[in-house]
Amino acid sequence: MRYEAPDTIDQAVQMLAEADGLTRVLAGGTDVIVQLRSGMVEPDLMVDIKRIEAMHAITAEGGGFRVGAAVSGAQLGEHEGVKALWPGVVEAVELIGSTQVQGRATMAGNLCNASPAADSVPALVVAEAVASIVGPEGRRDVPVDEITTGPGKTTLAKGEIVESILLPARPANSGDAYLRFIPRTEMDIAVVGAGISLTLNDDGTCAAARVALGAVAEVVLLVEPAADALIGSRLDEAALDALAAAASAACRPIDDKRGTIEFRTKVAGVLARRAAVIAQTRARG
Amino acid sequence: MSQIHVSTTINGDPVEYLCEPDETLLDVLRDRLGLTGSKEGCGSGDCGACSVTVDGRLVCSCLMLGAEADGKQVGTIEGLAEGENLHPLQRKFLEHAALQCGVCTPGFLVAAKSLLERNSDPTETEVRYWLAGNLCRCTGYDKIVRAVLDTAHDMKGA
Ligand SMILES: Cc1cc2nc3c(=O)[nH]c(=O)nc-3n(C[C@H](O)[C@H](O)[C@H](O)COP(=O)(O)OP(=O)(O)OC[C@H]3O[C@@H](n4cnc5c(N)ncnc54)[C@H](O)[C@@H]3O)c2cc1C
Ligand code: FES
Ligand code: FES
Repeated sequence: MRYEAPDTIDQAVQMLAEADGLTRVLAGGTDVIVQLRSGMVEPDLMVDIKRIEAMHAITAEGGGFRVGAAVSGAQLGEHEGVKALWPGVVEAVELIGSTQVQGRATMAGNLCNASPAADSVPALVVAEAVASIVGPEGRRDVPVDEITTGPGKTTLAKGEIVESILLPARPANSGDAYLRFIPRTEMDIAVVGAGISLTLNDDGTCAAARVALGAVAEVVLLVEPAADALIGSRLDEAALDALAAAASAACRPIDDKRGTIEFRTKVAGVLARRAAVIAQTRARG
Repeated sequence: MSQIHVSTTINGDPVEYLCEPDETLLDVLRDRLGLTGSKEGCGSGDCGACSVTVDGRLVCSCLMLGAEADGKQVGTIEGLAEGENLHPLQRKFLEHAALQCGVCTPGFLVAAKSLLERNSDPTETEVRYWLAGNLCRCTGYDKIVRAVLDTAHDMKGA
């Protein structure tokens, strides 16, 4: 394996594009080094993007924030601005691993690793976050829900690198939340994850909502019927019941040691319901 | 494979080494530099026995390449004591019998030091969450948590 740590994204793209054989971007390494050490992947070239200065920046943009692809979970969690605007995204990223893992793991790496159980992805999907991708053909901006297509599979072409993720501006009276179920309180992979973002009208009714579920299908699911159950309501019991039913109905999970199909399906509804109430509380400010 | 030349700083001292591109920092520390205080419990980021700091951030050295340390400030367990003078955390671990076999201890100490540098007065819950990535198969954790809280208490009084 060759290891390269270029200073610019253009050099990084060129190295990846020109390389023969298997290549991997190295961000925090908390997935890819585990895969490398266990022999799951045997890259010929690994391109470390952390020497690219701009990738470490969190910058305000158009009322939102652009988060560089090398920003660690720990760094994101220390950013008061992002925490205030998108608390659900930050809490989802902070659920990844331990303090040690947080010191390295990135949001972009969580997305690009394309695990159906990746904790930040449901939160990013409901936030309508946009990945800014640089590749041999130039730059393109892609909504995060168009990045992954299945376990370990993405729509990134050879040589393409996610440079940053834009968390957009949001209307007043908006809130988001992410909850996951794991059998312990720390350090485990989500059995189910639920992200919700919503905006309230002045009279307290729900003007807009997005609901996404993790670990209940081969990709993170954006569940429109679940969002529709909230829109127009005050998140009363009937609306929350309808939300939970729609969330459960969308699930097509696997049966494994972490949870049965039945369990995951039920828990998806429960978590969606709880996350909606938290998002509502945050939207009220 | 051609080896990579790395210039770094470990516990304040400049260090140079050659390593393989796919070699972890943990392997470099232990096998090339003789710094065997950092332990390998799992090699997959789960146990924290390999904890070090890199530019002040707590990380698992088993999940970082040796090559990545170029130009960085690395802190290992060997940097805790000053000569014969144990770090207050080390003294409290002994006092509270917060170790049995000792394999997890370097990782706990490095992680706890990093906590106290950020938060000199942590609650028990904060200590437990911060140390959730450090596994111990012997002590049952309670003595470790007490030792960290007691260190914070004493350092505040000092
Ligand atoms: C002990 C432990 C606990 C964990 N717990 C959780 C958890 O609770 N929840 C969770 O979701 N995950 C968890 N993970 C998995 C992992 O930490 C996360 O997925 C993390 O966000 C990955 O980010 P990274 O920067 O380390 O990615 P890397 O390992 O550097 O990269 C991951 C993949 O994405 C690609 N990639 C990375 N950055 C880019 C980019 N900018 N452009 C294009 N491709 C890129 C890499 O080539 C690689 O294929 C855990 C891992 C460990 C070791
Ligand atoms: S050896 Fe690094 S976390 Fe276990
Ligand atoms: S003292 Fe043996 S593992 Fe902790």
